[in-house]
Amino acid sequence: MTPTTIALEVNGERIEAQVLPRLNLADFLREHLHLTGTHVGCEHGVCGACTVRLNGEIIRACLMLAVQADGGAVQTIEGLSDSGEVADLQAAFRNRNALQCGYCTPGMLIAAQDLLKQNADPSREQIREHLSGNYCRCTGYQAIIDAVESTARSRRSRA
Amino acid sequence: MKAAAFAYARAKSVDDALQLLAAHGDRAKVLSGGQSLMPAMNLRLISPELIIDIGGIRELRGIVMQNDILRIGALTRHVDLQRSREIAAYAPLLAEAITHVAHPAIRNRGTLGGSLAHADPAAELPACMLALDATIVVRGTGGEQRIAAVDFFQGIFQTALSAEDLLVAVELPVAKKKGVHFFHEFARRHGDYAIAGLAGYADIEAGIFTKLRLAFFAVGDRPLLAEAVNRLINVTVTPKLLSEVSSAVGDELDPQDDQQASSAMRRHLARVLFTRSVATMLERPELAGGTA
Repeated sequence: MTPTTIALEVNGERIEAQVLPRLNLADFLREHLHLTGTHVGCEHGVCGACTVRLNGEIIRACLMLAVQADGGAVQTIEGLSDSGEVADLQAAFRNRNALQCGYCTPGMLIAAQDLLKQNADPSREQIREHLSGNYCRCTGYQAIIDAVESTARSRRSRA
Repeated sequence: MKAAAFAYARAKSVDDALQLLAAHGDRAKVLSGGQSLMPAMNLRLISPELIIDIGGIRELRGIVMQNDILRIGALTRHVDLQRSREIAAYAPLLAEAITHVAHPAIRNRGTLGGSLAHADPAAELPACMLALDATIVVRGTGGEQRIAAVDFFQGIFQTALSAEDLLVAVELPVAKKKGVHFFHEFARRHGDYAIAGLAGYADIEAGIFTKLRLAFFAVGDRPLLAEAVNRLINVTVTPKLLSEVSSAVGDELDPQDDQQASSAMRRHLARVLFTRSVATMLERPELAGGTA
């Protein structure tokens, strides 16, 4: 099992690395790049904690091999936080108590931002549907839906 | 868990992939979107020695309409089906069904070919292939084979594909006159695998079915076309006939028990879906008013 060289962009930075084929993208981000905001929960695509963006689209980092990301552009929660893209969404999560332990939060934020980019005025039902692949074991979801809904509202009023 | 170690090869073309498959056979697994294969590997349900990544093969992409045949490349992602104008116009059943397949992050990676080759009996897309009378196009070292969907799915995770074959495309016949479709599933949460589901396609003339294909999923070891529904073709559907056929559909199915539902519950749900599908497609809501 020989390592393969991959070249990709992570949060705007060019990265080259040697990886074993079995390494998934979530573990690559966490262990090779120390970007530990991408969380690993179920490791079979059910919980959504490892959600990241690849070439602008959200994906499960646990269901993708690092070698498959060769040539791609990955954005993690660190990238979205540092750029300020989700600052208002993060503030809304905090204000609405939409997180407790915080384990699901990076995935929730990335999935919610994905929805808000596609739909500026989502219904609560549409928010629920878009986040249906992200488990939260603390909040009971209501506060998360509230936070996404209020962020959508405040973005519309600023637009 | 993490996947066990494996060797990795990136196929540059279909021929390249076929050569790798011929050399490694069932010791290799084909990786397209990975949304079924990766969970199975992470759970150590399978540990292939070699992964053949077909994700970069351009000739496996694209949706083309030609001579009343809609050809969909194996690497077409779920999200591509969801956004495609051709699918919306010529295969609206698929456009509707795809919103029930997993979640946005999975639909951005999962592929049609991957879902069909995986052949989970609770998956939506295999049932749609039966309802739409699809032909599955397969290439092996011996050449191309064209397999009717109804012959392709053979059991739990079992298909007509041999270890040396590659599923390259799906072809759907497109009728000149637009038919009607029905899709519904019962699941624990939106996007989960179904507890029971139905994908249906029909041609209707003056309130009478001239063609009716109802494919049930998650109620057997493979998606199943119920044969009893043929009794509803070329006749006026009465509540009495519908009830008889519903009973016969229930007898035809042999659903499994598991932690999600008993066999009896699945059979009941399948009959509810059957009655709803007929009432919806005929636009006769009163037919769904009675017992299922």
